This record gives sequence, C-alpha cells and structure tokens, in this order.
Amino acid sequence: MPVADFEPVIGLEVHAQLLTESKIFCGCSTAFGAPPNTQVCPVCLALPGSLPALNRKVVEMAIKAGKALGCKIAERSVFARKNYFYPDLPKGYQISQYELPICLGGTVHVAQPDGSLRGFGLTRIHIEEDAGKNIHGDAASEVDLNRAGTPLIEIVGEPELRSADEATEYLKSLRLTLVYLGINDGNLEEGSFRCDANVSVRRKGTEKFGTRVELKNINSYRFIRQAIEFEIERQVELIESGGTVRLETRLFDHEKGVTRSMRSKEEANDYRYFPEPDLPPLLVSKEWIDSVQLPARLPNQAFSELAASGIPATDARTIIADARLVTLYFDVLAALPAITDEGRKWTANTLCGELSRALNDGTADLAALKCTPAQIARVFALQTGGTISSTAGRTVLAELFATGSEPDAIVTAKGLAQVSDTGALEAIVDAVLAKSPGEVEKYKAGKKNLLGFFVGAAMKELKGKGNPGELNKIFKSKLGD
Amino acid sequence: MDPSSLSLGALSDALARGETSASSALDASLSRIRAHDGEVKAFLRLDEAGARKAALGADERRSRKAPLSPLDGVPVGLKDIFCQRGIETTCGSKILSGWKAPYSATVVERLERAGAVLVGKLNMDEFAMGSSTENSAFGTTHNPWDLTRTPGGSSGGSAAAVAARLVPGTLGTDTGGSIRQPASLVGCVGMKPTYGRVSRFGVIAFASSLDQVGPFAQDVRGCAMLLSAISGRDERDQTSSARAVPDFTSSCARDVRGLRIGVPQEFFGEGLDPEVEKAVRATMARFESLGCTMKPISLPTAPHAIATYYIVATAEASSNLARYDGVRFGHRTKDVGSLVEMYGKTRDEGFGAEVKRRIMLGTYALSAGYYDAYYIRAQKVRALIQRDFLRAFAEVDAVISPTSPTAAFKLGEKLDDPLAMYLNDIYTVPANLAGLPGLSAPAGFTSSGLPIGYQLVGRPWDEETLFALAAAHERTTDFHTRAPALGKA
Repeated sequence: MPVADFEPVIGLEVHAQLLTESKIFCGCSTAFGAPPNTQVCPVCLALPGSLPALNRKVVEMAIKAGKALGCKIAERSVFARKNYFYPDLPKGYQISQYELPICLGGTVHVAQPDGSLRGFGLTRIHIEEDAGKNIHGDAASEVDLNRAGTPLIEIVGEPELRSADEATEYLKSLRLTLVYLGINDGNLEEGSFRCDANVSVRRKGTEKFGTRVELKNINSYRFIRQAIEFEIERQVELIESGGTVRLETRLFDHEKGVTRSMRSKEEANDYRYFPEPDLPPLLVSKEWIDSVQLPARLPNQAFSELAASGIPATDARTIIADARLVTLYFDVLAALPAITDEGRKWTANTLCGELSRALNDGTADLAALKCTPAQIARVFALQTGGTISSTAGRTVLAELFATGSEPDAIVTAKGLAQVSDTGALEAIVDAVLAKSPGEVEKYKAGKKNLLGFFVGAAMKELKGKGNPGELNKIFKSKLGD
Repeated sequence: MDPSSLSLGALSDALARGETSASSALDASLSRIRAHDGEVKAFLRLDEAGARKAALGADERRSRKAPLSPLDGVPVGLKDIFCQRGIETTCGSKILSGWKAPYSATVVERLERAGAVLVGKLNMDEFAMGSSTENSAFGTTHNPWDLTRTPGGSSGGSAAAVAARLVPGTLGTDTGGSIRQPASLVGCVGMKPTYGRVSRFGVIAFASSLDQVGPFAQDVRGCAMLLSAISGRDERDQTSSARAVPDFTSSCARDVRGLRIGVPQEFFGEGLDPEVEKAVRATMARFESLGCTMKPISLPTAPHAIATYYIVATAEASSNLARYDGVRFGHRTKDVGSLVEMYGKTRDEGFGAEVKRRIMLGTYALSAGYYDAYYIRAQKVRALIQRDFLRAFAEVDAVISPTSPTAAFKLGEKLDDPLAMYLNDIYTVPANLAGLPGLSAPAGFTSSGLPIGYQLVGRPWDEETLFALAAAHERTTDFHTRAPALGKA
C-alpha cells in the first residue's frame, strides 16, 4: 500500500453565511429562496455611484465567532478588494479582508472517544461578502443577485489535519459551534456553510509540505470525505509513478467521485488585492468586544462537563450535537432534587434513550417539546423514591414525551405504582415461603442465591409492581438473615 | 433686471428680497443656454420640465415667506457624474449612454431639499479622466472666453456653464484638480472641500480615496452657499465625516487681517507661465494689503505628487470601473461567443482611449510582483506629502499658488501628449493626495484676455479660512464681474 508511506496534510477554508436579516453593505433582505433579483438595490447591484455601508451586526457576529473559537480579535482590521471578473460578482471585485483580518488564531476543538478534546489551529477569520449565482440555461446564462452581498465569514484553518476523518470531525465541530452561536444555519446543501479543502501529501517522517491542491465544490460531509480521500490517493499515485503534483484548483465531481482540474497556477487570477478605499478601517473597541455575549455553554465546554461526570463520550456527543438538547440536559439537572452523578447519568440516558426514541418515532419534536424539564425530573424522583420501577419509568417517559401529561397522573392512570406497603408485602412473602418449604430449607443450609427465586415469585404474585428493595429486606428478615 | 447677470450670491439676495423669482431666473438661464450653449456646449441635456416644476415650487414657498434655504429657486447645473433619479447619467462615457439612474446622489437630494432648481447635466471628461473635457464621448466643451480653447477639465462643462452665465452655480468633482483647474481656466470660483466633507454616494467613482464633490459659482459667497447645502455626514458614504458643518456663507465675511499665507517655492518654478506668475504675485500683494502676511514655505515632496497620483488614482480606477461589464446596465456588445469576449468587446467599444490607458496603468500597478513597488510606495509618498502640508500649516493658515501653470490652452493642443496634459494638474493634485480643501478664484487675465486663477489650500476641515480669504480678495477686484463676450443669438 503506497498510501501508507505518505502522510496527508489538510487545511480547510470554511465560508459561513451569517444569519443577519440584511446584507453586509446595504439594507436588502438575506432571505433564501425569493424570486431572482427581487432582493437587490443600487448597492448590491453595483450601480454606478453606489457605495458600501457596513452592517454592524456582521461585525458583531464575526466577533462572536472569534470569541467562541478563541481567536484574538483585532481592534483594527481593514477591508480589501479582491478583483476579478465574473457575472455573479457585480462590482468586479469582492469586498473582503486581506492583510488585516478581524480575527487571528484560534482553535477548533474536536470531541474524542475518551472524553477529551483535541484542538486544531485556526489561521484567521475574516469578513467578506458573498457573490450572486449564475444560472446556466440552454439559450442563455442568467444571473440572480439576491445572494450578492450576503455576509460571510471565512474561517481559515491551519494545515494540521491528517486524514479525511479528522477533516470531517473538524467541520462538524466548527459547524456545531457556529449554529450554537446562532450566527449560521449550518446548511451545507444550500451552501450557507461551504468548505474548500487544501490537500497535499508528504512522505512520512519528512517535514516539508508537498504541493497543495485546492478542492472546491464540496457540499456534504460525505463528499468532503470522498473528495479528500480521492485526492490523497491521486497525489500518492502520481508521486509514486514519478510525477509531480501541480499547484492547482480542482473541482469535486460528486457523481463520479473524482476531482478534476479547474485551473492551474498559471491560469489563476491575480486578484490585485488593495485596501478598500470606500470603507474606513474597521475599529472595534475593547468595550464592543466585551459586550458581545456568548451562550452559557459552548459545545466543547458542554462535552467536557458531560464527560467529566462519567457520561459515555458517545452519549455526550449525541447531546452536544444539538444546542436544545444541551439546554434541556442542564435544565432537567437543575430541576432534580439534588445534582448527583446518578442524576446526571439518568438524565443523559433519558435524553439519548427515551427522548431520542420518541424523536425518531415522531412522537416528540425538539422544536415543540410537550413536557417541561421539571416533569422529566419528576420521573427521576418517582424512580429513586421507589414509587415506580425503572422499567415503569421508561413507560412514564414515553407517555410524557408523547402527551405532556403529569408523570404522577401517568403512573396512576397506567397503574404503575409499586407496592411498598410493608403489611401487604409481608403477606405475600409469607405465602411464598409457605409454598416453597424445600427452597427455604436449602436457603437456610447456605444456598443464599435462592433469594432471587423468592423475590421473583413474590413479584409474580404482585404482577411486577412490588418494590424489589422492600421485598429483599422482608425475605431476609423472615429467613433469619 | 436680468437675473442671469447676477452671481449666485446676488441672485439669492434678489430672490430673498422678492426682486426676482425662481421662474424668472430659470427663464433667464434657459434663454442664455438656448442663445449660447450651441457654441459653448456645456450642457449634455436639460431637464426643463423638472426645473420648471422646481421653480414653481420655490416661488410658491418664497410667496409664503418659507424658503427652504438661501438656494431656494436658484438654478443649478450638475456635472454628469451625479446620479439623478430618472435622468440619463453618462459620466461622459459611451458605456453609460442611455442609462437612467434609478436613484439620486446624496448631494442631488440635498440640493433638492434646499430648493435648488436642477436645470440639467453638464459635460465632462469621460469618468472624470482628463483636464480639457476633450475626453468626453459626447463632444468637447469650449471656453467661453475663447471658443478655440479648452475650459479645462474634467468638470469643464460645470465651469464653462458658470463662466458663460448659463447658470449661477454648478457642482463638479475634483480628483486631481477637476474643479479648481477648470475654474481657473474660465475665471470663476471653484472649491474642492476636505476629503470626507461631502458625501460621494451616487457620485460615479473615479478614484475613491481622492474624489470629492464641490461647487462652482461666479462669486465666493455663491460657492459657500452651495457647499453649505451639500456638506455633512451621510450614512451611505462611510468616508464622509460626522464633523459639524460650519455656515460657510458667514465665513465669507470674516476678517482676514493677520492671517499668514504660505508661498511654496516648489510651486513657482519651471513650467510656470510668466503671465500666470505675475497675476498670482499681484494677488499675493493684494492679500498683503488686506493685512495678511506672506511666508515662504517648502513642500519638498510635492514635486512627486503627479507620479504618486497617477498610481493611486489609476489603481483605484481600474477597480472602480470593473463594474462596467455589460452584464447589468449600460452598453453591451452584440454577437459574442463567450463571456470573455463579451467583457472584452463591451469594454473596448464602451470606453475611450484615456479611460483604457488609465485602467491598464492601474491594473499594472496593482499586479502581483508590482504592487509593493508602485501602490505601496505611492501610499508612502502620499503620507509624506500630507506630512509636508501639515508641517507647513504649523506656521501658516493657508498656502497660495497658481491653480494651473498656464491659462487655457488650445483644444487639441495636448490631446496627443498625455504627459503634458497630466502636468496641468501639478499644483492641484497635492491637495487631493493630502485630502485638503482647495479653492481656485480669479487672479486676473492674460494680455490676450484669458482668465488666470490662484489657488488656496487650507488645513483639513478649514474651508472657512479659504472662503474668508477669497471673499476678502474678491472685494478688492472686479475680475469676477467680467463676463466673456459671447455671440448674439
């Protein structure tokens, strides 16, 4: 396997549309799906004489992303023009940031199976505007400029990823963070979260990076994995057969699962970057940075907290995958009589078990949950207080998620309460012992594991509603232990 | 009384006193245009219907004693670089021929809100690139003092219209001298304010970091009135300043005694026409008699201004003009097989030679491998030029110089020599690079009767001192009252 002799080096560039209501340099709506060219004005159409006016919300969201990802927020950043001709680029240049971006450094944390977090470095985050869309028909090509001027942040990662798996995990974590922050909708298919990958390979043990290839047009996790894996193999085979990798941009063809050359370095655009003279340098005060609030828990903080309380990494990852689950988790926890590791585990199990089943069945909807965290917490109290068994608890939860009825009412309606009344239990215990003299003798002779047999027999009499703890206790005392 | 014989300030007074009406002023303007613009060719098009309606509105307000401003009812012409809703706006270029702006520039809105009567659009060098108005795709404008000569440029139409008394006031733009040089060549007053004083929104861009809007009038006070109306922060232009706008009209009455005026040695050297120098020195003497003191100063980096300017301005222009691609508006070529061909042919057909030359110069200056040597270096020199001025302003309140090295040159004379044409702006360009306010006003006439202008450059945001000085000087001369003899209709 020649691939095994090589180490891939991957760096990702993610373009994330920001969830502002209006565009970055004008007041037009950013809503998706409107009829072509209905969300445009002189500014985003680049009519002669129009000028950009920066939307402060964009800056705020970029700061939010930067803070969440541990970047250094630049108090002074500068917009620049990236010049190239294309019909979907109305001004003939894209307003971006080049030499002085708003965020520097930072880390994307990826949750590991052992409950730890692994960090991958970021180079920078900068603010820029999206282009419109070209629509190619048979007779003519048309341009829809509704998207032109939609705000983006570009998050540039260091070339620290070493496999398609790492790249996918990195992207998932980054996407999760942005969605958590409420600044991106995380939609890969609609292109509001897009990824370009820089891929190179080098022989294991060598330091020097190989020639990198930029992969574009990858709009799902599956395609990202396929594109990177294809590209690694292509480059290794090329080198093994005596060829050299060209510095170029390649497009991923997801129908054929291959990458193909789009343009070589020689054909690459000279973007003629220069500082945007229509916008003054962006000054961000310390006060402004401080005033930008982050959610109580970011995904990786939540993950660490869950993992530290003994919840399995897989469950922790299920929970942090949705901010609403995290919120719910901590809200249920807060409603428990006391926060214990037992309570944490029970809550995590409930969310990853009963709730997840209900969500899959369609009997519950996370966007419109019928029950409150306090009701969920009540089920735990009923279980630990001995009113119901853990089996009955699952039944109550299923009903609770489906209907939102009070847990106590469910217990009554379904007759799920355990018999804990000592008098009633003693009568049953006496009857069981009277029916099984042989077993009683063997027990007394030392065969202590017959206790399970007695409890089981009593439970049968009680149709499963006996409190097993109480039964154990009574049997033991009657048998002289 | 013929309202067209009045300067803007005098017309404003006459309107306020009810001695004339906006409708009469408009009639007078339109009849002057009909009589003389056939030979001056300042206007590209008129909006008679819109102007008539505006004049009636102004008269109605004046009759209620509720004028919107001192400009209410004053006819004003606009360089064809300003977007005006529903009106064809070409920027002197074939590529925009027939394009009707769907929105108005902030300055246009502000003039409308002040009650000004917008008469029509004025000729200019294509995309404001030129110093003679010969680069217009729609014909050349002629200097009213000698129709065989240029009115200067790029705001040649705006200057000529005022000098020929077609309208009392106009707006132009100044990127490297495009207001001051034509004002000088036709003998009127032109002011380029501090960069950021006036919104550029809706002003078709040439070089964004240098472009600034400013007024023309026969008198200093008229210029001040126009500038007061258009100045101030505009949220749609983030390079516009939030500084309070002074009442420039009242600064025209300010005492100038004791003001110190710097005389930069570098602006009185080789290439300066002796007649121009003589007139400017005579102006300096008049300032001394007004109680000002002259002080020799040095602006050692100023001689590098033209070279610096042609890198910064062309670099920005190459990018600003990328939007003229035939996709969304303006000219698009016919019968092409590919996108690249469409771009190439559209721009080849739509742009004139000078615009193409500057796009190529600017593209080169920004190209990979040349950017540091040209653009970055030019920005450094620009900072030094600014520093030179600011040092000088520690000792003087304004800087005086000729506006242009010569009086108006013959049409066609420099058309084949771009470098000679560029050198016309040698005294005006530094103020743009430094972002400073500059004003040109009449300094006298050559022996053959051509106007000569002098230039004052002031501290950042200190247009007031320039208005005060120029107004005081104006009161000592009759240059501004002399009108060119134009043929009878």
